[in-house]
Amino acid sequence: MAQDDTNLIDQPEVMKPRMVTIEIAGKKVDVPEGITVVKAMWYAGIDVVRGVGCLGGFCGACATYYRTKDDPKVRTCLACQMAVQDGMSFTMMPSFPARKATYDIQALKDPKQDLFNLYPETPLCRNCNACTEACPQKIDVREGVWKAVFGDFKSVSEMFMDCVMCGMCTPVCIADIAPNLVALYVSRAQGAHFTKKPIGLDTRIKEIQDGQYQDAWNTILKMSEKELADHCATVK
Amino acid sequence: MDIHALQQIVHKTRDDRRKQTIPKFSPADCDQLIHRYHPDFRASAYRSIRFGPNEGGKTVVELATLLEGDSSIQGNADLTPQYSCDVLVIGGGGAGCAAALHAHGAGANVLLATKLRLGDSNSVMAQGGMQISVAPEDSPVTHFLDTLKGGHMENDHALLKTMVEEGPSIAKWLLELGVLFDRQADGNLHVKKGGGSSKPRLLTCSDYTGLEIMRVLKDEVINQKIPLLEFAAAIELLSDDEGNCTGAIFKDLDNQRHVVVAAKSVILATGGIGRLHIQGFPTSNHYGATGDGLCLAYRMGAKLDHIDTFQYHPSGAVYPEQLIGQLVTEGIRSEGGQLVNAKGERFVNELDTRDVVSSSIIRECEEGRGIRTMSGRVGVWLDTPLLDAEHGPGTVEKHFPAMMLQFERFGIDISKDPVLIYPTLHYQNGGVKIDTNSETNVKNLFVAGEASGGLHGRNRLMGNSLLDLMVYGKRSGLTAAGRVGSMKQGQLTLKHLQRFRADAKKHGNVSGVISPMILPAYTRKVS
Repeated sequence: MAQDDTNLIDQPEVMKPRMVTIEIAGKKVDVPEGITVVKAMWYAGIDVVRGVGCLGGFCGACATYYRTKDDPKVRTCLACQMAVQDGMSFTMMPSFPARKATYDIQALKDPKQDLFNLYPETPLCRNCNACTEACPQKIDVREGVWKAVFGDFKSVSEMFMDCVMCGMCTPVCIADIAPNLVALYVSRAQGAHFTKKPIGLDTRIKEIQDGQYQDAWNTILKMSEKELADHCATVK
Repeated sequence: MDIHALQQIVHKTRDDRRKQTIPKFSPADCDQLIHRYHPDFRASAYRSIRFGPNEGGKTVVELATLLEGDSSIQGNADLTPQYSCDVLVIGGGGAGCAAALHAHGAGANVLLATKLRLGDSNSVMAQGGMQISVAPEDSPVTHFLDTLKGGHMENDHALLKTMVEEGPSIAKWLLELGVLFDRQADGNLHVKKGGGSSKPRLLTCSDYTGLEIMRVLKDEVINQKIPLLEFAAAIELLSDDEGNCTGAIFKDLDNQRHVVVAAKSVILATGGIGRLHIQGFPTSNHYGATGDGLCLAYRMGAKLDHIDTFQYHPSGAVYPEQLIGQLVTEGIRSEGGQLVNAKGERFVNELDTRDVVSSSIIRECEEGRGIRTMSGRVGVWLDTPLLDAEHGPGTVEKHFPAMMLQFERFGIDISKDPVLIYPTLHYQNGGVKIDTNSETNVKNLFVAGEASGGLHGRNRLMGNSLLDLMVYGKRSGLTAAGRVGSMKQGQLTLKHLQRFRADAKKHGNVSGVISPMILPAYTRKVS
């Protein structure tokens, strides 16, 4: 390739991978430094079926507990979004048996009050902040739980837009709250019950139902290929 | 030289570039560029399909091999069903959830089976938005024309007209379920402009549009108590004497046993094929995107459409190595992010269609104006800090929180430093040919979402897939449910497989490949 050799990005870990020793679910293995936790499992010969999903940090399938060398603190990450380092130890979190309430979102009469029927443990939050520390998306989960309890559904829905439903906030809760599920209910209630209906959308639906575009369709769909291509070219 | 030194060219040339206007290429120039540089035109990557409904047609070698592959099911397999339902939905992404919810809502007894977890799909990763003509200056007709132009005039008119006309009612349905689309101050839906579109038409939920929609749809499937089979990979369809679809066989990924499901009709919503890494491209796709539905439908006798064309999203991450192939959303370019080569020059109008922008990036790299990483990958810069410079500090963080977080995890602040990108395999433009009810030429076999073909022509416009899967998920669900009362459960046989095998034998096919692939083989074989 005709390319200036100075146009290189220094990534020695890729060209000459330095091997590091990590521990996967208690077993020591050597893998190239800097690859992601999921790739480290593949490198170690482990088939991953549960615990792998979008591989892009969006689906929350790969919730993982890890610890780094000389640090006693067990932390959380998404396995597809975390690079391995020497001395790291990790294990994937199995699907956690959190209770999801079921409801008919459109039939709710008093969604803010219904929260306490659907998820009665929510007001028992003891402010320990473990959920926030566990969140790989950096959401202030504890603050969100409190806001839900006090009925500030709008703030909760904005705060949890980043939530990938990995569920890492749930096993750490000393009050047995599943904050991600609470937030999902609150966000849906906010959307379905407390957000203004867009007038422009109703207008457009009515225009279509009333056949306002019928003449334009009749004209377009009768055109020859050439005429249609020319017509498309005029759309700016 | 390290990345920070190479990034300087972007910082240094920013002020000059900001004043520049790059006109879009003329249709003739686009054609020439695409024919020369787009991966769809690399003849060596393609071959003819030897038998089956698309005999003689061309597709990429990787897909042709799987389409001609044999089933893992033996002719004498036990077909006693463990489950029976009216409508069997295969796939737990956007199209599958929409199909299941509508079929269930219409009174059908639905079973949703999916290879991994409910919701695992490309849909959840959609960042850019969903095209629906809601703005006063826009119309479904304009949406139609833009899409047709983007699809190189090869889109199926009936499918496309149906999609653009049903878009607004889909938006209403999602809003009623609680999806939080971005709004204007007056409460109307906020719309952004996407590449190749003449009007702003993208409905967004920050840069988490797919995630927000899928969180809600998944929750709704659970609330409606629709029975689920998770970690169940579809490995064969079932057919009666007339060749009508009557159910499917799954492989339980936990215990490797077969599960037979009898159904009056089947909706395949299995998504795309990015994980086949055609032509060696990295991909933005979900781990499960291995094109299973195409193989299953093909063996059943369903015709495929436009399977010689794929979408390479212009901006896949090239650095850091951990993010290879992951999307850098088109939203960045819609808001003014510029593409810059190693010389600090712009080389394309960033809002041209995806195939044009991808081709131009490939051209820059092939002609030596790309930036090479130590791992041997090549890319061009996307000037992300320009957004803060243009629209005020904090813009990138506010509008693209998902992307900020993704790069931040590896020590890169995209509001301060440009990112290196190269086209990544993103979407299967074609798929199983369907009619406006989402049905294939095989009776009672429906296909919805990315696994279907025809709607997008030879190139999909940004934001049209989220709408595609909602509209055709809905139509397949409603049509399948509508037939339930007038139909009996058909016989469960493998006669289509006998026919397929006889055909394969006649053409001397002894490839030994078993399809579908189910999951990509990334696990290193440790000796």
